[in-house]
Amino acid sequence: MLKLENINYFIMQNGKKKHILKDVNLSFDENKIYVITGPNGSGKSTLLKLIMGILQPSSGKVVFNGKDITNLNINERANMGMSYAFQQPVTFKGLKVEDLMNTASGKKNDLTSLCSHLSMVGLCARDYLNRPLDSKLSGGELKRIELAMVLARKGKLNLFDEPEAGIDLWSFENLTSIFKSLKSATNIIVSHQNRVLETADEVILLKQGKVEMLGGFEVVSKLISQEKCTKLRGGHE
Amino acid sequence: MNKIEQALLEKVSNLHKIPSGAFSLRSNGKVVKSSSTEDIEIVPKQDGSGVDVFVKPNVKNKSLHMPVIITMGGLKDIVYNSFYIGENADVTIIAGCGIHNSTCNSSQHDGVHTFHLEKGSKLKYIESHVGEGDGKGDKVLNPVTNIYLAENSFMEMETIQIEGVSSAIRKTFAQLTNDAKLIINEKLMTNKQEKAKTEFKVELLGENSSVEVVSRSVAKGKSYQEFKSNLIGQGVCFGKVECDGILLDHARIVSVPKIDAKNLNATLIHEATIGKIAGEELVKLMTLGLSKQEAEELIIKGFLFG
Repeated sequence: MLKLENINYFIMQNGKKKHILKDVNLSFDENKIYVITGPNGSGKSTLLKLIMGILQPSSGKVVFNGKDITNLNINERANMGMSYAFQQPVTFKGLKVEDLMNTASGKKNDLTSLCSHLSMVGLCARDYLNRPLDSKLSGGELKRIELAMVLARKGKLNLFDEPEAGIDLWSFENLTSIFKSLKSATNIIVSHQNRVLETADEVILLKQGKVEMLGGFEVVSKLISQEKCTKLRGGHE
Repeated sequence: MNKIEQALLEKVSNLHKIPSGAFSLRSNGKVVKSSSTEDIEIVPKQDGSGVDVFVKPNVKNKSLHMPVIITMGGLKDIVYNSFYIGENADVTIIAGCGIHNSTCNSSQHDGVHTFHLEKGSKLKYIESHVGEGDGKGDKVLNPVTNIYLAENSFMEMETIQIEGVSSAIRKTFAQLTNDAKLIINEKLMTNKQEKAKTEFKVELLGENSSVEVVSRSVAKGKSYQEFKSNLIGQGVCFGKVECDGILLDHARIVSVPKIDAKNLNATLIHEATIGKIAGEELVKLMTLGLSKQEAEELIIKGFLFG
């Protein structure tokens, strides 16, 4: 359903061209869970932003359901069924949780449906709907509301950027059960956490902007463990 | 009332018809209808410059509507109204002015409202300002609000002006005695070449007196806004002014804070943020399917009326 063809992404840093993503070719099938992992700075979040249209690739193509969407903007992609959960949830002055949930689902929801989305992330709708989505909410609350918005969108392709970061006391088990519940969509998750990696049908290992490996959790995690051991022994990667 | 006047009345005071309670409607420079009740008495001033309103002590949950509408071009209307809120009363006053000007001549309304709240009384005061009409004549509104709060009284003031007013100078002055509390919420949006100036001066004279002023404004087109605040803390008091402005297009907002603590135990705060809509807010709403313009509109709606 989604293909990335020869994606390259450069930025200018201190007057020098920096290559963030290098000839990335990936194909994502329907109704599967993909987890992108790799060291900090390997280009994971950049890749997710390129899929959503938040960033534009320097070269290459993004193809969604057979259509070249490389030049489409963010909302056009959203309206084709893409959904995106930010690593750092965005806050607003004045907009309430209910406003955002209604916008996410594209309609005014009744309390029952709002409850169903918020209860999946462990929040009681009655306590949150009228609260402004601002910095008075804790990082964990904001993160869970961010996930609830993805649930409300009922997208065909869900993109999650480090969904586990700052999830506070809410358990990993609940988080992974959300991914498993989204069976009728393709989910691409950027994560460092083994328990999230375990939910993947395929794990993509990115290193220095390149796809280093693609495969099942066990194969990729074995490679990651070996690399960690080599590092600990003072060897080279 | 014709259709234009009815529509204007609805925008200013949310009224679809003349209400049954205490009421005073001023149209094109004259009081055209006024009615007192047992609890709220409206008395014309002897010099004809406006009215005195007396709310009896201990009156609860009553309201007074005092809209002003102007549909004539070239009219300059000045009115002085005084409000005396009796001890322990708890009432709501809905005022405001709407100008519909379809002429080339300027129309102006300067409403000077003075409030005297007695001990333990509570007042919610809502004031809307509306300008409309396709004439080239300006729609000018210069409201002045003077507030005197006696011991343990409380006043909440909401002032709203959303586009259409060519020029406005809004001046508010307040003096608070012991345990008095004042909350002011200003919601302002200007567009095109409109100018809006706001000046607040609050003197916290009494022990444990407090004031909170929150101004949220949006400036679009080539409009200009100026926000001046002056908090003076004489006693053990708390004062906070929060001024948030969103800038769009080629607009300009100037914020001039002044806080003057004359007592060691006075706590005075001023916070001001002016800037364009944050890019990340737009991006977030676009990931939810809104166009950039729809995202901007939702952010502004939430910011002003959230």
